Amino acid sequence: MTFAAVIGLLTACGVYLLLRRRTFTIVLGLSQLGYAVNLFLFAMGRLRINAAPILDHGPAPTDPLPQALVLTAIVIGFAMTAFVLALALRGRGEWGDDRVDDDRDDIATLQGRRLLPKPKPGATR
Amino acid sequence: MNPLLILPILIPLCSGCLLLLGRHGVRSARGLALLSALAQLVLAVLLVDSAGRGDIQVYALGNWPPPQGIVLVLDRLAALMLLVTAVLALPVLIFASTGADRGGRFFHPLLQFQLVGINGAFLTGDLFNLFVFFEILLIASYGLLLHGLGAQRTRAGLQYSVLNLVGSSLFLIAAGLLYGITGTLNLAGLSVAIAVADPADAPLLATAGLLLLVVFGLKAALFPLYFWLPRSYSAACAPVAALFAIMTKVGVYAILRLGTLLFGAQAGALAGLLQPWLWPLSLITLALGAAGTLAAGTLPLLTAYLVVTSVGTLLSGIALHSAAAVGGALYYLLHTTWLTGALFLLADLIAERRGASAAILRNGPRIERPALLGGLYLIGAIALAGLPPLSGFVGKLLLLQAAPSGARAWLWSVLLGSGLFSLVALSRAGSALFWRSNMRALPASAPPGNAVMAVVLLLSTSVVLSIAGEPVIEGLRATAAQALDARQYTGAVLEYMEEPR
Repeated sequence: MTFAAVIGLLTACGVYLLLRRRTFTIVLGLSQLGYAVNLFLFAMGRLRINAAPILDHGPAPTDPLPQALVLTAIVIGFAMTAFVLALALRGRGEWGDDRVDDDRDDIATLQGRRLLPKPKPGATR
Repeated sequence: MNPLLILPILIPLCSGCLLLLGRHGVRSARGLALLSALAQLVLAVLLVDSAGRGDIQVYALGNWPPPQGIVLVLDRLAALMLLVTAVLALPVLIFASTGADRGGRFFHPLLQFQLVGINGAFLTGDLFNLFVFFEILLIASYGLLLHGLGAQRTRAGLQYSVLNLVGSSLFLIAAGLLYGITGTLNLAGLSVAIAVADPADAPLLATAGLLLLVVFGLKAALFPLYFWLPRSYSAACAPVAALFAIMTKVGVYAILRLGTLLFGAQAGALAGLLQPWLWPLSLITLALGAAGTLAAGTLPLLTAYLVVTSVGTLLSGIALHSAAAVGGALYYLLHTTWLTGALFLLADLIAERRGASAAILRNGPRIERPALLGGLYLIGAIALAGLPPLSGFVGKLLLLQAAPSGARAWLWSVLLGSGLFSLVALSRAGSALFWRSNMRALPASAPPGNAVMAVVLLLSTSVVLSIAGEPVIEGLRATAAQALDARQYTGAVLEYMEEPR
């Protein structure tokens, strides 16, 4: 019950942060969602404690698959967080701010205009 | 075990690694990439031929039997999708080799890795493995989307990657749910387990199924999840956008598998879980995509909206869930993947000749010797708008004929209406680019021969599809019938699992 509540809370925080306008909060939201997913995979994966991980070592071996799933999910999530951060930094360098979306962009895309980046922010910002 | 099954993954993987490791000059990198694409094309033809005999082939990776091991499964549908990919990839590579690949060092390896992901997603018979191949193709596509850089691409790339990361999280949640309830991730195993599931588990299974629909709908650009597509595709450089024409079809393929294999007729209480969602959403996608073509201000953006329209068309055929409708949708899939690819490439050739106006649909410099590019555009526009005698017309006709009387009014009005919208948009774009220009032509060289050849190759598929219509449609009907019959698929995989080794 507590476990489910923790997963739910993590997911809710992740989704809330994802809906923000700035890239940094979105990256935070993505990682929270990632944690929630990993915990969820463990919870759904018929995890058993004190069982041998190898066949022929005891009556009921533990299921190795959830661990493999979580490991894969962690590796991919970790790499993608790094990539999105790099992309966000680059976007900030090119655009002068870290907005993710803007109506002006949509209109510019539709008309085929190249939207000019804002002037570089001063040292005070 | 047919060892050919693993090659569509191994060939691009090896050539991608070779391209990444060695210090290649531009020429040798292009040569290697082209060789790999050519090999994949030959292989895809061989596999289509071998799957065409009707039995489903299974290949266990490392000879580990399922459920621990992962299987690759080749049926007619998987072989067909491999062929679609290979036929698209070769001209795209030829086009990229005329100069677009110079924008960054890793274009060719990334493109090969993208092909690994796409081919793997079509072949795999395991849900989690499908997730992994999705990630491979997405990670490569993030890199390709940014190829050539530019502020526009950075922002489009950021939105694209964040959205797909959220999609991946949802995919994992759905996979976890399915594994927790059924204890397997093998697609055939899941199919059997869902069919005999405890009614108490049905709501959870339905949740997982609909979550998967959201994930695949995001990849396929189904309403309301298509808003990322127009900006990403129109920001990408031409060969990348053309290759991305197959990416939405990976999502469509996954939805088809989900609707037939997991929640098809055999699924008991959960049979037909997706149809009530898929049918209205596909029609809305179709209508909104057509509205987008009218609003688009550039040729790549217009083409991107044509991709959205095509996804709506395909999914409406899949939602009808009969062999005739799915067969018609598969015909339309071949047509639309190759033709939208051609139009993305052609838009780039036109843009290069218009200076600052690029592919913006406004008064600009005249195009010198417009007969060649204009003629190619005319052929592409006729095919994509669905006018006879080219393949778009045949595909739409097949779909319209396949609609049962209850669905006919909706499908006919939306599909024909959107066809009219695309026709208006395409002819307006053509007249803006080729006729409505009173400025002097810019001094530009003739388009490179290889680039024109790539466009011609892709456009000629439309002619081939309509001339060889009879046998193609026959084959596609058989493909659709096999895809709709989940028992055949699960039977082949389960039989393989029980074989002594």
